This record gives sequence, C-alpha cells and structure tokens, in this order.
Amino acid sequence: MHDMDNMTSFLMFEAAAAFLALGALVLYPVLAHFANRRHRRWSVYRHVFWTLGVLSAAAALVGPLARMAHSDFTVHMLGHLLLGMLAPLLLLVARPMTLLMRALHVQHARRLSKLLNYRYVHFISHPAVASVLNIGGLFLIYKTGLFTAMHTSVWLFALIHVHVFLAGYLFTMSIVYIDITTRRYSFLYRAVVLIIALGFHKILSKLIYAAPPEGVPQTDGQTGAMLMYYGGDVIDLALIIILCSQWYQSRTPKPAVR
Amino acid sequence: MNHKKQSSFKGQATWSGLLFGIGLMALVDEIIFHQLLQWHHFYDWDTPFIGIMSDGLLNAFGLFALVAGLFMFADLRRRQTISLRQWASPVFIGLAGFQLFDGIINHKLLRIHQVRYNVDVLPYDLAWNIFGVILLIIGLLLLYTEKRGRRSN
Repeated sequence: MHDMDNMTSFLMFEAAAAFLALGALVLYPVLAHFANRRHRRWSVYRHVFWTLGVLSAAAALVGPLARMAHSDFTVHMLGHLLLGMLAPLLLLVARPMTLLMRALHVQHARRLSKLLNYRYVHFISHPAVASVLNIGGLFLIYKTGLFTAMHTSVWLFALIHVHVFLAGYLFTMSIVYIDITTRRYSFLYRAVVLIIALGFHKILSKLIYAAPPEGVPQTDGQTGAMLMYYGGDVIDLALIIILCSQWYQSRTPKPAVR
Repeated sequence: MNHKKQSSFKGQATWSGLLFGIGLMALVDEIIFHQLLQWHHFYDWDTPFIGIMSDGLLNAFGLFALVAGLFMFADLRRRQTISLRQWASPVFIGLAGFQLFDGIINHKLLRIHQVRYNVDVLPYDLAWNIFGVILLIIGLLLLYTEKRGRRSN
C-alpha cells in the first residue's frame, strides 16, 4: 500500500506515538508521587487503569497490530475500538485531571481550573457536541475518501488518529462523570445522547458492511463492520452500566431523621 | 410516605418493568435468532436506509433499557416499594412490545430482515406475532389480577 518514502514517514509517526505513550506511563506515577505528599494516597487500581489505557491506545498506533492495520481492515477496526473507545474509558477511570490538580501547586491548579472553564471547553465537552465530533468524525472517515487518503499521507493519518482518540475521550467524559466535570447535565439527557450516539455507531457499521471504503475487499470489510458493531456494544455496555450505577448511587435513600 | 412519592414509585415500577422487558426481548432476539440459529441476517440487501437507521437506534435503546430497567428495579427493591408480582406485568408487556414491534414494523414495514430466509416466511411471521400477542395477554392478565388483588385487600 505504501512506497518507500511513505514507509519512513509512517515509521516516524510510530516512533512519535511510542514516545508519547512512554511519557504518559512515566508522568502519571510522578504526578501521583507529588499528589501523595499532600493528599490521601492515590489508589493502586487507578495506576493499573492508566497503564492499561495507555497500552491499549499504544497497541493501535505502534507495533505489529498497527502495521497490520494498514492492509487488513478488520485489524484496523480492532485498532479503532482500542484507540477510540477502550483506551479513553480506561484512562478516564484513572482520573488524570484530578491527579493533575492534586499534584500542581495551588496557583497553577487555579490556572488549570480557569482553562477547564473556558467557554470553548464547555462547548466541546457538551454531550451532544462531543457525540457529533466523535461519531460524525467516524462517518467522515469511513463514508468519504478520507480512509483511503489517510494511507497515502502520514499527516492525514496522524491527524485522524489523534482526532479519533481525543474525540473518543471527550465523548466518554461527557457521558460519564468520573473525573473533574465543570458543567453537568442530567442523567436522562446523557442517557438519550448515549443511545443516539450508540445507535449511529451501529448504523455506520451496517453502512460499512454494505459498502466498505475503497480498496477494502468485501469480505474483509464485512468482518470489520461486524467487529465494529459488536465490539462497540461491549464498550458501550460498560458506559451504560457506569451511567446507570451512578444514577443508582445518587438515589440512595437518606436514613430517616428521628 | 406521602401520596405523591408513592405514585412516583409506581411510575418507576412500571417504567422499570417495561424497559427491562423491551431490553430482554431485544437480547433474546440477538442471541437466539442472530447468533445461535443465524436465521436473521446482519444485513439484508433489500433494507431501505430508514430501516438501517431505526434498527440501529432501537437496538441501542434495547441495550440501555435492559440495564436501566434492572437498576430502577434494584432501587425500588431497596426501598421495599415493589413486589415481583407487581413487576411481572409491565415486564411481560415490554417483552410483547418489542416482539410485536419487531415482528410488524421491523420485519414487515421497514424490512430490516426476515425471520428466516429461503423458506416460506408466512408461518414464521404468524408464529412470531402470535407469540407476541400471547405475551401481551399474559401481561394484561397479570395487571388485571394484581389490581383486583389489591382492591380486595
């Protein structure tokens, strides 16, 4: 699929992604170390979630899986599930923003909090906007020429993969409130948005089944589409369970006052 | 407990049962007819786009309904404001609702997929929808006996 020049630039992209992943793996425990000086001990399971999250994102961008994804659509789809859905959920559960707030000096933390309250940040992390960025972006990738084009230009390839990850993270954090959330919406509202987003994820996978992107063989496209459909179900089921259990906790009956 | 609160719990009980019933039947449809028997096709080439859309949204709703229905039920149970008997009738009505919607709207009007392929589909369609009607009758009977039981108390 690629000529020599292209191969080198894709290797550069892999190296950059590996460097970022390593940075994320190192930075998190360092932040935890600083946070622990002033706060209750940062729990071990969050370290585990963070590591798994970084690894699952990295697996989609670096190494054998990432290379096979260039020519095998089903593997590409597995990468999409890892990078755009599983990694964001695992990373969010590790609460990186809370950790950063704890580790930072109070003045810097205030600046960060100001940043999180920018109107722009509120806008893109609105559940409906985040869903459009996430699912709408996927429609653009698979239903226009973008999918084919991204295999010829490393910049486009990088841009699309960064978008898939960031939009996936934004979407996940806009639906389930685990980390710091500056503006909140009701359970019912988020539930409706989640159902519509999941619905359109299913619709897109059926459309891919019917007509895979140019250059993808029919059978490979169909297997990939079914992986997208059912794999999406698994991760969205986790989101649904988290959302509903948060509703359940929020309704804990108060003990009667006597 | 005041009256307003009690009636809101009753509403929650009905919704919980309906949602769980709808979600459960969607799951049964997926597991039995798509995966085990493989009668339903993942994609039917005769399906219009509107059928693909409604199917995607409905299945997403079904998955959510299954989980949400159970959490709502758990919430009522911990408040001890619902009995299994009370819950059963909306569950059956929900099961019937999905079955009939799937059998009439999805299979026949939107033609998302058929019950089975390469056979005369009419007996399958009839069996499908009659089963749905039976579920509905059970749900309504349960509702009726439960209401009468409460009145005689």
